[in-house]
Amino acid sequence: MKLCFTAQGATLESPTEDRFGRAPYFIIVESEDGSFDAIRNPYADGGGGVGPKAAQVLIANNVKALVSGQVGGNAKEVLAAAGIAMYTFRAGGTVKDALDQFTKNTLARSG
Amino acid sequence: MKLAVASGKGGTGKSMIAANLAFTLSRTEPVSLVDCDVEEPNLHLFFPGQGTPRDVTVPVPVIDDSLCDRCGKCGDFCQYGAITVLPNRVLFFAELCHSCGGCTLVCPKKAIREEQKRIGTVSLSLPLPFLDLFTGTLDTGSPHAVPVIREAKKQAAAGDSIMIIDTAPGTSCPVVEALEGCDACILVTESTPFGLHDLQLAADVTARLGIPAGIVINRSDGNDEEILRFCTDHDLDVMMTIPFSREIAAIQSRGDLLCRARPEWQKDFMGLWVKCRALAGAGP
Ligand code: SF4
Ligand code: SF4
Repeated sequence: MKLCFTAQGATLESPTEDRFGRAPYFIIVESEDGSFDAIRNPYADGGGGVGPKAAQVLIANNVKALVSGQVGGNAKEVLAAAGIAMYTFRAGGTVKDALDQFTKNTLARSG
Repeated sequence: MKLAVASGKGGTGKSMIAANLAFTLSRTEPVSLVDCDVEEPNLHLFFPGQGTPRDVTVPVPVIDDSLCDRCGKCGDFCQYGAITVLPNRVLFFAELCHSCGGCTLVCPKKAIREEQKRIGTVSLSLPLPFLDLFTGTLDTGSPHAVPVIREAKKQAAAGDSIMIIDTAPGTSCPVVEALEGCDACILVTESTPFGLHDLQLAADVTARLGIPAGIVINRSDGNDEEILRFCTDHDLDVMMTIPFSREIAAIQSRGDLLCRARPEWQKDFMGLWVKCRALAGAGP
């Protein structure tokens, strides 16, 4: 299953980013084997409607769960309709820290 | 001549300046006063009377599910994120849609048609023989002020009267839309140095749009050194200073106009107008 983490950089050691639509990177981790891909978010500096556009990137990449700090209303609606589960990670730390917590099942589900 | 009245922040008395200027000018020339502060229009408070509102509408896409095959082209096209195509349905967010019409054009199945949706009104009232007041009002909850402002300006421009445009405070998109095409701009500020940063931003916007601007200091407490220094540094002329006075405040709070209650002020506002014309390069 593919998980997506919002991040400030392109590696697992990068700090997480709280914002979803304007996150600089999406780190997409394959939970089966821990392999990952970094996708630069083309909407990080966009004007309006970045939330749904960013959600479309996740849909196109077949993501099944998102871990982020805060997800806006419109993006939430798109993600929910697409069947993507949302988890909140706002503790600060690296993508790896967030992944550990996700694996340990300690993150709150937000949608 | 199109003259805008703007301010860096709210509460500076911008509308009061616009209303008094329009009142004074309309004694000798036809004037169209346009309220482009569409989220909170207030000029009508100075000029009570019945207006005739006309709806402002924008086209929004409506998708026919029975024709749509979820190809995704509309969602890819929409740069505002208003459409997301999922395998089993299409999500549309009206508040993100900018009515560009693109999705309707790109749909290969002709599954999208456009419907007119009301977002606000422009109301015309005739409070004085030579004064037409156009009030743009955005419906509550509607996110798109710009089309309402555009329509209000368009209707007001139909005659060839002098146009005085009251913008929203600040420097947002609706302010830029209201300023667009103006020949000169009055920036209204108060004596307190608090608003200087906002004034700077507003002055930057008029400069970027190539609109000559001048300053009116309202409710001056007599300690205007900082503002004056700012104006000298930025090459902005202080065209008029209105002192703080209890009497003026009282006139205002009962909804009256300074130039109606105290006609001697009309001379000052005529003087302001002459300076605005000079600013616009129309000659004094
Ligand atoms: S472009 Fe037309 S057919 Fe394709 S998903 Fe959009 S509405 Fe449906
Ligand atoms: S009209 Fe333009 S902004 Fe509105 S949904 Fe269609 S493509 Fe997007």
